[in-house]
Amino acid sequence: MSAGALDRAGAGRFALPLPLKITFGLLVLLAAAGAVLLPQNAALLLGGLVAAVLVAFGLGRAAGISDRWLVIAIPMLWLFVFFLVPFLVLGRISLSEAMIARPPYSPLFEQGADGWEYAGSFGNYQFLAEDPLYASAYISSIRIAATSTLLALLIGYPLAYFIARSPEPRRSILLLLVILPFWTSFLLRVYAWIGLLRRDGVINGFLMWTGIIDQPLVMLQTDFAVYLGIVYTYLPFMILPLYANLVKLDGALLEAASDLGASPILTFFTVTLPLSLPGIIAGSMLVFIPAIGEFVIPALLGGPDTLMIGRVLWDEFFSARDWPVASAVAIVMLFLVVVPIMWLQSVQNRQEGAQ
Amino acid sequence: MRGSWFLPAASFLGFAFLYIPILSLIIYSFNDSQLVTVWGGFSTRWYGELLNDAQILGAAWISLKVGVLSATIATVIGTLAAFVLTRFGRFRGRLLMTGMVTAPLVMPEVLIGLSLLLLFVSMELALGWPSERGMVTVVIAHSTFCAAYVAVIAQSRLRDMDDSLEEAARDLGAGPVRVFFDITLPVIAPALVSGWLLAFTLSLDDLVIASFVSGPGASTLPMVIFSKVRLGVSPDVNALATLIILIVAVAVSVAGWVLYRQSKRG
Repeated sequence: MSAGALDRAGAGRFALPLPLKITFGLLVLLAAAGAVLLPQNAALLLGGLVAAVLVAFGLGRAAGISDRWLVIAIPMLWLFVFFLVPFLVLGRISLSEAMIARPPYSPLFEQGADGWEYAGSFGNYQFLAEDPLYASAYISSIRIAATSTLLALLIGYPLAYFIARSPEPRRSILLLLVILPFWTSFLLRVYAWIGLLRRDGVINGFLMWTGIIDQPLVMLQTDFAVYLGIVYTYLPFMILPLYANLVKLDGALLEAASDLGASPILTFFTVTLPLSLPGIIAGSMLVFIPAIGEFVIPALLGGPDTLMIGRVLWDEFFSARDWPVASAVAIVMLFLVVVPIMWLQSVQNRQEGAQ
Repeated sequence: MRGSWFLPAASFLGFAFLYIPILSLIIYSFNDSQLVTVWGGFSTRWYGELLNDAQILGAAWISLKVGVLSATIATVIGTLAAFVLTRFGRFRGRLLMTGMVTAPLVMPEVLIGLSLLLLFVSMELALGWPSERGMVTVVIAHSTFCAAYVAVIAQSRLRDMDDSLEEAARDLGAGPVRVFFDITLPVIAPALVSGWLLAFTLSLDDLVIASFVSGPGASTLPMVIFSKVRLGVSPDVNALATLIILIVAVAVSVAGWVLYRQSKRG
């Protein structure tokens, strides 16, 4: 091997393709620009974070703790403090009472005659249980989320199947077309439906122009618009897991079934559908869980009587300014979504195990 | 599936469903008339009005800064989490970490937003920090939920990656840090770029979480848009949407092209 070849091999150590080098350079520049342009305390936060990590590594090495634990500790601590602990705070405040003060809730421990006394109560939960508004909001959220999930499955399944059975490069292009809307603003895509569904909107205009109807249909501010909005925004979440599952489906199984005389419909119901069940469950959960707590879609497309718990929570917090009751509403919602989240997790673990 | 027409027809309808609203936004952003259905002729006046709207421009600037910062922090945390979950085997707290990485993906936004706000308020009472809510708290909130998305992308790339490369480097005497920066990082770089971009767009797009954790003077772009469109259709929002769609389409195409080139090489 000549020296030149060795040199090139050595240079290959850092061989990033040019576009990536440019992208990385841009990222670093952007981050630096962000740090400079930000107000002082934000730049301080960023600098402090980096410094804390470096100091931790230095101290760890000096104390003989392996880097491994520090690498685990950084994401673990961040997620613990900013994702898990907030739910504990949520639970704690749900036991307080609303007060006109700063902060607007009562302390959990009060100075009594003999030391600190526990002052928390389940009063907020009792309130939720007694006021039928909340129960019907939870039920109607589940109903709307479940209906939308079913609709998304009915629309998404043929699409996912079609993409999975397409030859390359058409498959990649179609897949990109499914993902692309997901990258554009969710808020603006919901907003687009206002223009389509309004009384004087595009759809009514078109239908009246063709003469199919002579009175504009009321579509905006109905439950129908909410279903439509949820299906529309969450469809990629349904299609992607379904596609990932269907693309692995062994074509030989379908051939075997048809060789044995099964009709395409029978093959679908006895082979394809059961095998794609993990994809169906994953996709459905990815639509169903966030849809339960959805706020933007019912707020923009729903009517005043479209009752969804995300909206109730929002109003309780922003309009009524009752933080403890909002927290109690949130805790109940949390219990509602924990079961499907666990189910999703177990399905995904099994899929990983199977791979 | 029956016949050869059913699937293509259903897929065509599906794609039409996905794209018609977006197309209508773009078309009506060039409508001269203030009314939605009335076509007042082609015009770019809403783009002009957009450029003179100080409120929207200010909010866009804030959103941009928050997005860049959050995406960068989220990429670091998400990559570390993905690396730990795919390369470190069993360790105490693994299950907890898996849960904390997956849950933000599906957790309703109102829950994340409210719980984080209450955390910030409690922290302020107990520690005196953060003394006010604003950009910093939004960045922390966005970094947290975006890190989960980055982790998912990085994890799938790390899993697909041939780990004999890393083993070979270790056998040749490279330390773990060197292996990570010389071997692992260049290989998973495209995934990290798309992870960063995804985190950036998610941060730019978030209304609910930002509304909870933001403070006075730090309204992000979605917060301003929401307060505008709540009252009905406003044509300058159409123009804004068209610009955003254009930027996203270009960015995604470039990213797709880079990944495509990469996969052809590798």
